[in-house]
Amino acid sequence: MSLNKAFEIANSALTANSQRLSTVASNMANAESVAGPDGEVYRARKVVFEAFSLPGSAKDAKAVRVKEVVTDSSPGKKVYDPKHPMADADGYLTMPNVEAIDEMVDMIAASRAYQTNVEIMNTTKTLMQKAITLGT
Amino acid sequence: MIGRINDEFNFNAQALQLRSQRQEVLTANLANAETPNYKARDFDFSTALKEATGAVKAAGNAMTVNLARTQAGHIAGSSTVGLPVAMLYRTPTQDAIDGNTVDPDLERGQFADNALRYDASLRMLNGQIRTMQTVMQNN
Repeated sequence: MSLNKAFEIANSALTANSQRLSTVASNMANAESVAGPDGEVYRARKVVFEAFSLPGSAKDAKAVRVKEVVTDSSPGKKVYDPKHPMADADGYLTMPNVEAIDEMVDMIAASRAYQTNVEIMNTTKTLMQKAITLGT
Repeated sequence: MIGRINDEFNFNAQALQLRSQRQEVLTANLANAETPNYKARDFDFSTALKEATGAVKAAGNAMTVNLARTQAGHIAGSSTVGLPVAMLYRTPTQDAIDGNTVDPDLERGQFADNALRYDASLRMLNGQIRTMQTVMQNN
């Protein structure tokens, strides 16, 4: 039944967008983390979405999932702070390359996409409920 | 007799099936609203319904699902998923830099419209069932 598949597709979008939201949260939380577990400065992460076919679904109706999480390789901002233990020989500290504005934009987009898909699931649920009471 | 009852219900049953198929396609478009290089899909409902009710010859292909056979003695079985529809690509009004052609506003509008029409088909089918029941009930 196609409506069940619509449900699964909307669900896949919820999963993908919540992962995107987690990535934003991680980036924002680590906006000042000059050293991670590996001793390197934190780098902003971004999720990349990919469309894929669900088994048993119509071949042109694709669900979505996170293909990979990419690390932003752009250079971080340098701050002059010679007293900091992580400062380099010239007294500069490399800050994470997290852009707060980019992250906020991404967060709003992810939250809107999440809301849309929740509404789709609600509509689909209503339609399914009506379909199962057919002829009563 | 049963055949005639079947014919009576056939049109709305096919319409309902197609509506739910379209609902799935529109959901897929909205789910992939931000997937790079995803192209929005849809099908022409009126053509698909004409094909499904046998008014014109079908152009699309239904998807076939086969039963898994793990032993030589198993009977092969296959079934088609959904009705055959010719899937088309949506013409984008604005190009996106990531190659995605989903217009969320358009898709949401179509989704709401399709949901309403699905409901309408259900109601019509319900009405037909009730009519049949009234005819069959012998006081």
